[in-house]
Amino acid sequence: MNFSWDLLVNAVVTGVVLGGFYAAAAIGVTIEFGMLDIVNIAHPAFMIAGAYLAYLGWSSFGFDPFVAIAVFAPLGLLFGRAFYRAYHFFFERRGDESLQGLAFFFGVLFIIEIGLVLISGVDYRSITAPYLGWTFGIGRISVSWRMMVPFLVGLVMLAGIQLYLSRTFTGRTILAVSQDVEAVRLIGADPVRAKEIAFGIATASAIIAGILLIIIQPVEPSIGREYIGRTFAICVLGGIASIPGTLIASLILGVAETFTTTFFGPSWSPAVSFGLLLITLALRPAGLFGR
Amino acid sequence: MSAQATFEPRTPSMPARQYSGLAILLAGAILVAATLLVGSLVSEYYYLAAYTILQFVVLGTAWNILGGYAGYVNFGTAGFFAAGCYTTVFLNKLFHWPLIIDMSVAAVTAGLMGLGTGYLTLRLRGVFFSIATLALAIVLQTVISNWSFVGGGRGVYVVRPEISGFFGTYAHLLVVLMIGLATCAVLAAWAVEKSWVGVGLAAIRDNETAAETCGVPSLRLKLIAATTSGALMGMAGAPLPYYVSYVDPATAFSLAIAVNSIAMPLVGGTTTWWGPLVGAIMLGSVQQILTVTISSAANLFIVGVLLVVFLTAAPRGVVGIVRAWKRGGP
Repeated sequence: MNFSWDLLVNAVVTGVVLGGFYAAAAIGVTIEFGMLDIVNIAHPAFMIAGAYLAYLGWSSFGFDPFVAIAVFAPLGLLFGRAFYRAYHFFFERRGDESLQGLAFFFGVLFIIEIGLVLISGVDYRSITAPYLGWTFGIGRISVSWRMMVPFLVGLVMLAGIQLYLSRTFTGRTILAVSQDVEAVRLIGADPVRAKEIAFGIATASAIIAGILLIIIQPVEPSIGREYIGRTFAICVLGGIASIPGTLIASLILGVAETFTTTFFGPSWSPAVSFGLLLITLALRPAGLFGR
Repeated sequence: MSAQATFEPRTPSMPARQYSGLAILLAGAILVAATLLVGSLVSEYYYLAAYTILQFVVLGTAWNILGGYAGYVNFGTAGFFAAGCYTTVFLNKLFHWPLIIDMSVAAVTAGLMGLGTGYLTLRLRGVFFSIATLALAIVLQTVISNWSFVGGGRGVYVVRPEISGFFGTYAHLLVVLMIGLATCAVLAAWAVEKSWVGVGLAAIRDNETAAETCGVPSLRLKLIAATTSGALMGMAGAPLPYYVSYVDPATAFSLAIAVNSIAMPLVGGTTTWWGPLVGAIMLGSVQQILTVTISSAANLFIVGVLLVVFLTAAPRGVVGIVRAWKRGGP
């Protein structure tokens, strides 16, 4: 552990930039778990599926990451809506979501992860684009565009979702569903349809986050498991249903992980998010910005 | 006291209660006797396969005590299992005690882990417990991977003790031990299910708020279940170092443990003691056959698919199918 100011400042900057990407990964969990009360632990698996789609697009058609987002995010939206319909039909409608529903997502997680292993093997996959090699520097601090692109896309995505939820009719219905399903029925809106759209948005965000992930680092199927801890830690720490909370918690986790990696070594970093999650659950389960 | 009195009317009559318990004991005794009689006549492969299936009987049954009876999903079975496994590794480095003592210490370690996690998170909504168990397994895996005394990430070799007497091989002894443990686990699950604890847990599963209003001491019951369940998982892990003789974090915290311990009770049926037993024997045998004939990655994939198929098509598992058939059948 050799300390220097340069190292510290670099760790903070890298942490914040990484946090922007974590926010993109966690926003879907905030919507699903916080607003819709659906504990989708397969969310990171959808993310990895998105990363593999980006790889497929890049290796077969030479898709730029932004082209991949434009092509696959709408597919994610449609798939998410259909997936929610199925989940609603089999579990929510019967009132089975707490035991059977949770185990169902666990099964889906396995099917995606092992399915990817069977199709593509356990090799690391990565993509590249000309501008990703550039670096962006102010003084002695430098950040590569490999990190800046996910950070910026993550922030834009969060802002977009926040605007959609607060300004449009459907968006407000989704927020209302998160507060009181019965009241939504009473005003004549369809809560199942609102949840379906919200789940679709969350799935599309997972696909985008996966594409951002494969920009940052090479991806193999089991990497998704690390993101279960990260996304849920962020979601709980941020107050479960709060989008600004998600952003702040992501930045906190990004900085905490970069610090641990810089000063204690990368072998401890998987424990950071889960440790943070356990501490939050023990000390303040409502999170930093919980109601 | 009052809780006990409240639950009394719903428990079945005495003779019926004792029959199942005696049957479980008898089945265990017959299996032990058969294993001893067959001795080293059959190939050691069968013992190794039997060991794996029995281990899953213990894990599935243990998971079900909290997951099935109370409806609290534990994603961290591998963490409890590995805690038991590494207790043996740790003790084996320091002393050379008989395995039975290692197992008891493993039960205490993993039981305390269950109690601790339960105490922190069982007061919150059920799903927080699930996420916390997942977190616990990963934190524990990171700690073990960085702890060089028990091998760290590289793993550790464990020397099997000398074997004497009427057990032909060490695998033979381990199988007899596992039959004993599986019998104890099923008996424990049966005892919990039929006692006032089980009735209280069922009430919590159906509607926790209503149960508390009726005077069910929900936190205490959930803690009893979490501790029993954790202790049994730890005991299932304790003999593993002697079974495989080389342990690393990837083996002890294996994905197969986490997915199977959830899939087996849910495929078998979660509300009775025999559901996980049926599920473990079914899925365990299928996997043994698939591992030999296809590959081990494919067999986990099939377990995942079976889990999802059962959850959507037969959410009450094999138990539910049998009950529906009894009601409507010939």
